[in-house]
Amino acid sequence: MATMTNEETEALIQEVLEVYPEKAKEDRAKHLMVNDQDPDKSKKCMTSNRKSLPGVMTVRGCAYAGSKGVVWGPVKDMVHISHGPVGCGQYSRAGRRNYYIGMTGVDTFGTINFTSDFQEKDIVFGGDKKLDKLLDEVHGLFPLMKGSSIQSECPVGLIGDDISAVAKKKAKEYGKVVVPVRCEGFRGVSQSLGHHIANDAIRDWVLGARDDDDSFESTPYDVAITGDYNIGGDAWSSRTLLEEMGLRVVAQWSGDGTLSEMELTPKVKLNLLHCYRSMNYISRHMEEKYGIPWLEYNFFGPTKIAESLRKIASFFDDKIKEGAERVIAKYQAEYEAVIAKYRPRLEGKRVMLYVGGLRPRHVIGAYEDLGMEVVGTGYEFGHNDDYERTTQDMGKATLIYDDVTGYEFEEFVKKIKPDLIGSGIKEKYIFQKMGIPFRQMHSWDYSGPYHGYDGFAIFARDMDMTLNNPCWNKIIAPWKQEAEEDEAIAASA
Amino acid sequence: MPSVMLRRSESGALLFYVAKKDLEATVDTVEKDSDEEWGGEVVLADGSSWYIDPISPPPSFPTTLRFKRA
Repeated sequence: MATMTNEETEALIQEVLEVYPEKAKEDRAKHLMVNDQDPDKSKKCMTSNRKSLPGVMTVRGCAYAGSKGVVWGPVKDMVHISHGPVGCGQYSRAGRRNYYIGMTGVDTFGTINFTSDFQEKDIVFGGDKKLDKLLDEVHGLFPLMKGSSIQSECPVGLIGDDISAVAKKKAKEYGKVVVPVRCEGFRGVSQSLGHHIANDAIRDWVLGARDDDDSFESTPYDVAITGDYNIGGDAWSSRTLLEEMGLRVVAQWSGDGTLSEMELTPKVKLNLLHCYRSMNYISRHMEEKYGIPWLEYNFFGPTKIAESLRKIASFFDDKIKEGAERVIAKYQAEYEAVIAKYRPRLEGKRVMLYVGGLRPRHVIGAYEDLGMEVVGTGYEFGHNDDYERTTQDMGKATLIYDDVTGYEFEEFVKKIKPDLIGSGIKEKYIFQKMGIPFRQMHSWDYSGPYHGYDGFAIFARDMDMTLNNPCWNKIIAPWKQEAEEDEAIAASA
Repeated sequence: MPSVMLRRSESGALLFYVAKKDLEATVDTVEKDSDEEWGGEVVLADGSSWYIDPISPPPSFPTTLRFKRA
């Protein structure tokens, strides 16, 4: 299908909305829009960060997912206790592939599930005693852990336990950080509030720890990577570039990060913010309290990397500026070879995205570097500020959807017929059965890293591997193929 | 009376951010913006206007202040 016009996209939205009852139609219409790069027009028409309606299928998570799964979980030398029934911790265990270095169970605890395993009696009599005992056990069994966090699940908030009191008592008893996080799943409309709660917990319980301590020797080139969760090694391939240009990365938040790194972050000169949605809160706080500027950057695809490296360098002296140019020049041959190899195979292919956090806008540049076009994008739990940042990256008259329902997404795909879809595991098999190549873009479909120049090579390979897989020609049985030849060509194109 | 975080954007414009409301907008005009005082009615790019009693001497940004709806 050729590029759609504004009117055609608008008509598509109306067509898809047709099946809803009047009230639902009115509500959902506010979450779907045609991109317009004119900022005056785009600003007012998007509604986001609203409660999903009962009865429609949403792929959002909960506040606990945002706090334990995203922000706190990757801090590797802390024990994160899933306080409540066993399932929340178990089913989210190690699923996000936040890589880290260390001996799991000795000095790092990333992939272990710690839970208080609530039973009926804990709901009836309260779970504080159990938490108290659990913290004793954790401190006894894992002497090398640096601290712990208590990630509340729904029942803890419902029965009114005072986890803060237990945390304070135990922190005093053992002399280690114990952070109570009130991230009960029912709070907020999506995981987004969990990010905020987790950021606030870091602010209140961790960040100020070394305020009166000047023993840390800082350099003028200290930076912190925030909002990079090291999915498949993302933060490592970003860190390499920053270090090559002459910066010193003091902390990684929070992929492969440690408690001490977080405590040292107020000493850095610049916060580099990758995932705006999940860590802008703490960056804003540090800017206000410690005067540390922050900068959003994008390490997907060579165009955006070069742009970001120069933007980062502009905060420093000529030595770093030269460093940035040196790094770009160093990798030029490498990424040009990647583009030369894969661009002819991917040129002109059309992509639809539906993910969370930063990806709906950040990966667009990487696709464009490969000659591909993003024709639809959307956030699971984005806010208005995310959509404002998206309109400039997207092409004219492309589709933008917020918290899209299962039905809407399928219908859009049937009409727009993209060549590739990037979304989560819950969408993956539906679209594959519809015969459309699919990448799971939450944790890079068990591949990665995708950040940095090294990551771009893997990204390009993965997209090619998926799109040009011979299986897409075999969706229709050979005996049906002749009769439906025309449709078969359209479906596998 | 929401708490508002004010900071300078990369281009130097003043940004008005209300975490609870999810609002991030550029400040268009400030009623009193001089070397002696800062405040009064503040109009944002999205058309909404807010009020704060003028502060003297002007605050240094970034900072968090409490605004009223005007």
